[in-house]
Amino acid sequence: MRLTASDFRGLTLAVLLLAAAAALPLTGSGYWLSIGLTIAMFTVLATSWALFSGPTHYISPATAAFFGVGTYTTGLGFETLPFWSLIVLAGVLGAVMAALVGLATLRLSGVYFVIFTLGLAELIRQLITWAQNRSGQKGLYVLTDITEAGIYWLLVGLAALVFLAGWLIGRSRLGFALRVIGDDETVARHSGIDTARAKVILFMVPGAVAAMTGAILAPRYVYIEPALAFTPVLSFQVVIMALLGGTGRLWGPLVGVIPFTLLWESISSNFPNQTTLLLGLAFLLIVYALPRGFVGLLDDARAGRWRRGSRTETAAADEAPA
Amino acid sequence: MDILFTGLLLGGAYALIAMGLNLQYGVARIMNLANGELLVAGGFAAFFLWTSGALSPFLTVFLVAPVAFATSWAIYRVMLLPLVRRARSRGQLETDAILATFGMSFVGVGLMLAAFGGDYFSYSYLARPVTILGDTFALNRVASFLSAVALCGVLYLWLNHSRAGLSIRAIAVDPDSARLVGIDVPRMAAIAFALGGAVTAVGGALISTYLTLDASTGVMFTLKALIIVIMGGVGDVRGTIVAALLLGVIETLVASLIDPGLTLAAAYALFIGILLFRPQGLFGKAPT
Repeated sequence: MRLTASDFRGLTLAVLLLAAAAALPLTGSGYWLSIGLTIAMFTVLATSWALFSGPTHYISPATAAFFGVGTYTTGLGFETLPFWSLIVLAGVLGAVMAALVGLATLRLSGVYFVIFTLGLAELIRQLITWAQNRSGQKGLYVLTDITEAGIYWLLVGLAALVFLAGWLIGRSRLGFALRVIGDDETVARHSGIDTARAKVILFMVPGAVAAMTGAILAPRYVYIEPALAFTPVLSFQVVIMALLGGTGRLWGPLVGVIPFTLLWESISSNFPNQTTLLLGLAFLLIVYALPRGFVGLLDDARAGRWRRGSRTETAAADEAPA
Repeated sequence: MDILFTGLLLGGAYALIAMGLNLQYGVARIMNLANGELLVAGGFAAFFLWTSGALSPFLTVFLVAPVAFATSWAIYRVMLLPLVRRARSRGQLETDAILATFGMSFVGVGLMLAAFGGDYFSYSYLARPVTILGDTFALNRVASFLSAVALCGVLYLWLNHSRAGLSIRAIAVDPDSARLVGIDVPRMAAIAFALGGAVTAVGGALISTYLTLDASTGVMFTLKALIIVIMGGVGDVRGTIVAALLLGVIETLVASLIDPGLTLAAAYALFIGILLFRPQGLFGKAPT
């Protein structure tokens, strides 16, 4: 593997930012730790989501399904197995689930995938509720001695892994294949890329990561029940944050996560009934005003500075890979 | 027998809703995820006019349909047509339409929550028993079913035996070729989208006579309608009706024999079967 100078600069910057993020609990502020935890969680979820949906343009509103499976993995197993093994187990479960969903839907056109993933969280919620009703229990208590700072550090570590994975995928044959698929699937197939296989493999990444995030966060909830673990809002928050930031760059979603998390926190504490409206308006804003996210705006601004004369041309040329 | 009948009655309403979605997706190529919210809005209208003005839901329909038609038409012209023009491929339009209608769906839920609150709403209309073939059913279910059948029949005849219907079917098959034979595609697509919205809202008004709705139930109906459309085949009226009745019966079977909380699981079981064995729809031809 050869690294260029700009790769090194990016890596150094990433390590420095990561170290700064990891130092947050040392400030001792409970409020900022809790905000930081939410940001770390959505960074992990949105970045891994964009790894799949960025190049393929498939909108997957299924994060909550994987997340919920992860929470239940911890909830059911924390008394018998060590915590770290549950995170790994959740990752494996998430990957297997994603592979099954992918095998059923990704061979076909994108519509099938969207419809299937749209109801996936609700489907699993119904199945777990049913199983719980049969066994007569309502929810699960997850009582551990893991602190909030511990959870935060685990999430930051997971975020580092996700960024590393995204960077490696971007440099690999798989990443290249996916960019070709995103540009033109027919061309991809004709140049010998097994498109369904590439998509299924890549879809396993956000599946596994979302399940691991759920497993890590379960101790924070203390009490978990299906309605909480599979809350559909989570999926849409992730979609919005990733698209708001822009899926064209690895760090794009991060740019969407931070402002949207802060906005969401302030809206949901001041106007708790208007969060649905906020979700809707955010979607409309993305489609009509920011089709390539904040990253797209930055790119336009930079292109405008370099070549002020041919701005529309560069914007059109930039649009294809976004 | 009882289950079969109840399922068919439910399936009739599903057929109507799915038909609305199929018109929008098959002709206007917009995967409308805000479909369920329009349905709930139709239900709200029926509820409001019955509780405040004692107007029969079966008359409300004649008010709901033109309003929903106009609203959907405006939404298509103002919000969706720019996306159609902007899209350079079918895939891009699909992604944009999905995101835009997600947005509309949430805005719709948000507005309805603000206007009516988060409570369930239901009212009692024609809740008298009728006896059919030895089993008793609520009259409102039967009446809704018959209205849905009548509407589906009219739609079917219109699509298959009128000039406008022929144009719409032509667009469903191939929008580019439809333009070549002199069909005003943007206009017909807008009409199809608006008509789909009207049919859905009417379905909502009918279904509200016997199902309890609340502001956020729309997405479940959207999901079921989507599954029916995929099952029946895009643009296939006959397939849609068969798929809707099938879903109604299987859902009722699961609800009454296993657990009422598993209705979506039943729909998914059907959906997975279709995906694995007949992705082109029940009566569709295999793609060549």
